[in-house]
Amino acid sequence: MGGYVVSNAVVALLGVGAAFTVRAVRRSRFWSDAARELARRRPLALLAIAVYVGVGLADSVSWIDAAGGVQGVEAHTPRSLIDRAFPAGFQERSYSAPFAEVEFYGGAPLEHPGAHWFGTDILGRDVLHLTLKGARIALLIGGLTSLIVIPLALLFGMSAGYLGGRVDDAVFFVISTLASIPNLLLLIALILALGRGPVQVCVAMGVTSWVGFARIVRGETFKLRELDYVQAARALGASEARIVLRHILPNVMHLVVITFVLLFSGTVLSEAILSFLGIGIDGSWGQMIDQARDELARDPIIAWNLAAASVALFLLILAVNRVGDAVRDILDPRTLVEDL
Amino acid sequence: MIGYALRRLLYGFLVVQGVLGLLFVLFFLYAEPMDMARRAVGEKAPPAVLKLWIQEHGYDRPWTDQLRDHYVRMLSFDFGRSDADEVPIARRLREGVGPSLSFTVPTFALGLVLGVALSLFVAYFRETYIDRTGVVIAVLAMSVSILLYIIGSQYLIGKILNWFPISGFDPDPRVLPRFVAMPILIGVVAGIGGDLRFYRTVFVEETSRDYVRTARAKGCGDGRVMAFHVLRNALIPILTRVVTAIPFLFTGSLLIESFFGIPGLGAVTVEAIQGNDFSTLRVMVFIGALAFILFQIVTDFTYTLVDPRVRLE
Repeated sequence: MGGYVVSNAVVALLGVGAAFTVRAVRRSRFWSDAARELARRRPLALLAIAVYVGVGLADSVSWIDAAGGVQGVEAHTPRSLIDRAFPAGFQERSYSAPFAEVEFYGGAPLEHPGAHWFGTDILGRDVLHLTLKGARIALLIGGLTSLIVIPLALLFGMSAGYLGGRVDDAVFFVISTLASIPNLLLLIALILALGRGPVQVCVAMGVTSWVGFARIVRGETFKLRELDYVQAARALGASEARIVLRHILPNVMHLVVITFVLLFSGTVLSEAILSFLGIGIDGSWGQMIDQARDELARDPIIAWNLAAASVALFLLILAVNRVGDAVRDILDPRTLVEDL
Repeated sequence: MIGYALRRLLYGFLVVQGVLGLLFVLFFLYAEPMDMARRAVGEKAPPAVLKLWIQEHGYDRPWTDQLRDHYVRMLSFDFGRSDADEVPIARRLREGVGPSLSFTVPTFALGLVLGVALSLFVAYFRETYIDRTGVVIAVLAMSVSILLYIIGSQYLIGKILNWFPISGFDPDPRVLPRFVAMPILIGVVAGIGGDLRFYRTVFVEETSRDYVRTARAKGCGDGRVMAFHVLRNALIPILTRVVTAIPFLFTGSLLIESFFGIPGLGAVTVEAIQGNDFSTLRVMVFIGALAFILFQIVTDFTYTLVDPRVRLE
């Protein structure tokens, strides 16, 4: 059993989740209208995100070949759909420029002349391949962090806002404490304490970023609790749990969607900073940019590594930010004025 | 008002306790003393030396003692010495504040003035192509990683155009501007996208209020309405955003300082991270939090100056 089995299972789960979400959106007038409006306003950005998600998912589905197919190391390691799009042993000895026939320094002939569209890095790995693999890491960072943040913030925010009193005091104290520590410093302290690794980094980012959202949920729940329809539900004898789940939760769902999108770009950009500090996630675009730092000081310079990773990162963040703006405009133009 | 101030200070003190508790859990209960010793003394140091280091730094005492020591030290601002190189941490802080302030204060001031001015301009032309272009540019600027801003401008401005030194620092006021110019520029550009978007939203929302219509009806020009009426009424959200940025003036920007070789507190922090120097890192986090809490209380009082309707009860 390797990590790749888990990854395949996650893809399957995501598929099921997506199917359920689509069904739920179809059923609700509010959500299907919002989805249609979003598609009308931001077709390009949505397309770009779809491409990134496609690449990321394709890189998450992998398996080991049956014996006898491919030769060498690749016969024993799981390879994803993205890996399989490149020929086996697609590697040089060192740097080569995009579409080059020879090595960048020295001019020795390449094993695959003219085949590396984005060139190769210092170890001779294909940059296009590395860049595509970065999509999975970026989606993992943004997705996993949001998956940690949203339940946490909903739980604490709604219980504080709905129950009030002591619970509210306690939650508010936790929120104030976490919010008073500068975000990046807390993030770093958490990662150093938890250890390095993709899950640890995402947990740390989750812990540092649930606070802002919890505060918004708390305020919103506080308002909703006093509304007539909640009073009516209570008068009809609905249990507290039912009121929270059926009458309050659906009315903060739009905030969840907005937060998810806004949080995503923030976390992916923070990971780039962590990569510079040496505590990022292996294979991320941030790490590629960090490794390319000294390549601009070489003579002649090597720019394709930096360019590939930063353009990939920039386009994803731009698309997500554009969609985020539109989502915010469509779903809730007022509550979330402040940045999360 | 005095009662309010006392209550706020008391709550601030409670939050400081919370921060200290969290730091203790992170840095004392989670961190393995053996690992810390190995990193400080060297990977191949004999066990006896490691033991001695742990003893000298007090990491072998019962955790209750360490907890008491942690609270007493932090609250009395007696930070002790760095685990990595035995330099008193207080001296690091004293030496680092100047360089940090020398580039964060201009960045902050310039960013604030430019951000507010540009947003007023864009909000003045709301719902026109100027507004839309401004917002798109802001989103573009926000989507670029700060790493790329730094690496790109070091290459372009420092290496190709050769306007400013690529990195370095000299406190001599005659040459200081040359060294801090590029960090300031990057800090302003990297922050302006988010600022523009935020302030614009605030201003546009403010322009739909009744008093704006009244002012116009009385014959007040659009420019005057924006610069006096709208700006003044939007000061509260602006102030809230600005004050949250102030603690970072002291702690500096981790990335910019370490890329440009500015020996400020941000660079000290980066060094502490890379050297696993928990004793310094703990102090930096504490100072950052303390500054934030204090400035938050100060903001509450500036609200009353900006808006006389605000009463602190």
